[in-house]
Amino acid sequence: MLSGRLAGRVVSMAGRVCLSRSSAGAGTVGPVEAAIRAKLEQALSPEVLELRNESRGHAVPPGSETHFRVAVVSSRFEGLSPLQRHRLVHEALSEELAGPVHALAIQARTPAQWRENPQLDMSPPCMGGSKKTRGTP
Amino acid sequence: MNGSLGRAAAALLRWGHSAGGGGLRRAASSGGRSAEQLDALVKKDKVVVFLKGTPEQPQCGFSNAVVQILRLHGVRDYAAYNVLDDPELRQGIKDYSNWPTIPQVFLNGEFVGGCDILLQMHQNGDLVEELKKLGIRSVLLDEKKDQEAK
Repeated sequence: MLSGRLAGRVVSMAGRVCLSRSSAGAGTVGPVEAAIRAKLEQALSPEVLELRNESRGHAVPPGSETHFRVAVVSSRFEGLSPLQRHRLVHEALSEELAGPVHALAIQARTPAQWRENPQLDMSPPCMGGSKKTRGTP
Repeated sequence: MNGSLGRAAAALLRWGHSAGGGGLRRAASSGGRSAEQLDALVKKDKVVVFLKGTPEQPQCGFSNAVVQILRLHGVRDYAAYNVLDDPELRQGIKDYSNWPTIPQVFLNGEFVGGCDILLQMHQNGDLVEELKKLGIRSVLLDEKKDQEAK
């Protein structure tokens, strides 16, 4: 039963990956990206949640979901240090960070802070680290 | 903010050729991986960073950003550990600090965060203050003075 469900999930995941490859445009959402969004919404009820899959800029296969940047705007961050805010995001995404997600840039803002500068920043360019380690377990 | 970014870029160019102070050469394998040993490692130097790659040749954009920020502030004497050379250290430091990604920055033995947080501290002035507490004077303070004098 369990393995049946698992197999079903794998098939549907594979289907989605193929879908996102064939359409190949920005804006296709893979399963990891969908999970990140759902978990952050549940954990932090953000006012704004902007998520970008930045994997394409890195030495990973097309359609990968390894590198992300997220802006989470939540009143839960009031009175918390940057470190505490990031830890809340990490906790919500512990499964993804222990698994497929390799890099996660985080902008954790209160609603007031977001209004000052409401944009998802750009990440620095890749310098080949994952290329070097690719293929090693 | 834009002004300070412009200044930062200019300073980056100036600093481009002066990489590789004595502290940077100290990158080495840490040997053991117990919490006590990692504890000793992060407390051994005032500024300790864990990177993908070396300060001279970072292998990741986020690690490079950390190196460039420290360089901007004139922090040369810091200990840098390359986690790509040492899978045990790579996992060990993540467990030690309960932080899932590299780079990681420690000031005075205390974990301050990764690239995003260091960048934020750089932008809001906190980094200058934190360095001051360690007895390190950020060169950005002198640059600011120069500009005011002009």
